[in-house]
Amino acid sequence: MKITFPHMGNLYICVKALLDDLNIDYIIPPFSSKKSLELGTRFAPECACLPLKITIGNFLEANEQGADTVLMAGGCGPCRFGYYCEMHREILADLDVNMNVIALEPPDGDIKELLKRIRELTGGFNVFKIFNAVKNATKIAIAVDELERLTFKIQPREIEKGSVNSIYKQFRENVVKTRSSREIKELIKNTREKLSHVKINDKANPLRIGIVGEIYTTIDDYTSFDIQQRLGRMGVEVDRYVTVSGWITEHIMKQALKLPRDLSYAKAAKPYLGTMIGGHAQETIGNTVLYSQKGYDGVIQIYPLTCMPEIVAESILPAVERDYDIPILTLIIDEMTGEAGYLTRVEAFIDLLYRRREKTRVEGKYILSGD
Amino acid sequence: MNKTNIKVGIPRGLFYYQFYPLWKSFFEELGAEIVLSDNTTRKILDDGVKKCIDEACLPVKIFHGHVASLKGKVDYLFIPRYTSISKKEYICPKFGGLPDMIRHTFDELPKIIDTEINLRKSNRNALKAAIEIGRYFSDDTDSIKKAYRKAMANYREFRQNVKNSTIPVELLGKKTAGAETQSKEEGSNRTLSNENQSNEAPLNIAILGHGYNLYDNYANMNLLAKLKELGSRITTVDMVDGRVIQEKSKLLNKKTFWYFGTKVLGSTFHLLDRDDIDGIIYIMSFGCGIDSFICDLVERKVRRTGSIPFIIITIDEHSGEAGLNTRIEAFIDMIRWRNNYENNISSYGQPVYLR
Repeated sequence: MKITFPHMGNLYICVKALLDDLNIDYIIPPFSSKKSLELGTRFAPECACLPLKITIGNFLEANEQGADTVLMAGGCGPCRFGYYCEMHREILADLDVNMNVIALEPPDGDIKELLKRIRELTGGFNVFKIFNAVKNATKIAIAVDELERLTFKIQPREIEKGSVNSIYKQFRENVVKTRSSREIKELIKNTREKLSHVKINDKANPLRIGIVGEIYTTIDDYTSFDIQQRLGRMGVEVDRYVTVSGWITEHIMKQALKLPRDLSYAKAAKPYLGTMIGGHAQETIGNTVLYSQKGYDGVIQIYPLTCMPEIVAESILPAVERDYDIPILTLIIDEMTGEAGYLTRVEAFIDLLYRRREKTRVEGKYILSGD
Repeated sequence: MNKTNIKVGIPRGLFYYQFYPLWKSFFEELGAEIVLSDNTTRKILDDGVKKCIDEACLPVKIFHGHVASLKGKVDYLFIPRYTSISKKEYICPKFGGLPDMIRHTFDELPKIIDTEINLRKSNRNALKAAIEIGRYFSDDTDSIKKAYRKAMANYREFRQNVKNSTIPVELLGKKTAGAETQSKEEGSNRTLSNENQSNEAPLNIAILGHGYNLYDNYANMNLLAKLKELGSRITTVDMVDGRVIQEKSKLLNKKTFWYFGTKVLGSTFHLLDRDDIDGIIYIMSFGCGIDSFICDLVERKVRRTGSIPFIIITIDEHSGEAGLNTRIEAFIDMIRWRNNYENNISSYGQPVYLR
């Protein structure tokens, strides 16, 4: 049995750590590329959201390299993600691709079935070993997200443009060569060290932009056209509350163990969107409010075309924009999105934010450069 | 004490096609006056498209149009937050966020009755929601409960009639005679009764899709009436027994967590078992998240298991009626030709139809 799993930003690092520690044979699919997207678009339903299409591509590419089992997370809705595993199963079956899809979820709350699936994967049931592997993988997820956040901070301030990006890119490529969670931890430590040596401009006062929206498109660099790193190189400091580690600890672990969760976003979203409606709609609204309260210059919402929860969020965001006087740009991505048009919109948005800063500097008077 | 003469506006969209009989008798029992928006028209659609964000699906845009047409005419707008109407199942994120979408899209709206209806964990929440809604009109819990019971009885009768192969719009039409005058303007000579209007042998056509796509004659460009004229008897998902659906949905590897998904997939399995269905039509609105998956799964199941002709019709605000007519006529012709002339043995190579 050779396992594979879908790409989502840096998710592969923590899944790799988990599978390495459990001695499970696996294949990391090639990084998402135009090929994965085209494969997925060809076989997935037309109106399906983009992540389904890219993940199908990931699986087919991994299958070419010999993977025969797919590991997927499950869910109980109302977001479509919870039914991805079934769509994958059906699409792969119709393609005559012989891949078994294992969904890591208790079907109908049946914990026994979940344990059976885990046993099938690990070929035994060493609770201690599994617990340790999960603990390490979670720690790595947290460390990787911290590392990414560090690049967000340093990049807009770096003196030699591109130095952070090359270190970070190197890290992402080198992770694949490691053999255990310990080596990954070591690599993260080294990368942090390297980043701390990057020369920075202390006096820089970069624009600050919060990224909100659907989890996959915001986290996955290929899908978002590398927007976070690009903004960094344009001298903008970005931040994103939704992360892989946050998803694992807040969404999966704390919910399963019924621990109190960090619900500050839900509180902030309350006047606009009262209840959880699935996906990350509440996070999108709530985090936008939080970013405005923290004095960010602007917010960018990203989501895949036809994403149901984000459509609701998008139609509510203008109210937040008005109430908090913060510019919001919505970017919708599908397989037809052209990079040039997308970047033009981002650049125009950044220009707008710079002009807004000038405006406030002249004691609230509307004076723009050129006046 | 009942507070009388309160005007409640009900937009004729989304769950209107399923729950109107329930809402109507509930509000009337409590002494409220119901103001129902007109049947969907070009103007309503255009208003909706203008107001609503571009990415939303057609029925949500139409709903926005209906809200716009009620603005200023009512004391309350009835847009409950439908989170779930069945155990362990949701409806759609857009239904859950609908009151918020409306509230933040329009200025100066009347107060919205946005009580949450969530039966995901227990059916008892329905009564709770009803009492909460009833509070707007009456302080007397007993009379609210009474109204709720009566409304439920009315609703059950309506569902039973639908199951006996009556198309909901007809029933809804009868019961809202007052508001029906406007609907006459378009396609008034077309009736929807399940009688054969063509000279040829009737075909049994099953139509799958959301109620608000199937029964909104403007949105689907009179599809049902057109099929009737072409001599078909119509079965919709609402005519399949709920117990059959529950039973059949066990065939799924993982039950869907959408009310609509279970309903359509369960019905599909049932239709594939029946041997009197001549064709299946699936109506979906462009960009519908749930349909994008369910429609694909239905297509896979139909194509894998049988030889029943299957067609998907996607509608949005740009759909052209001529294109729809051509496709429907071709679909029906194809079925008839096949029944009349085809001997089911292809003249060359593999047989085309395996039955």
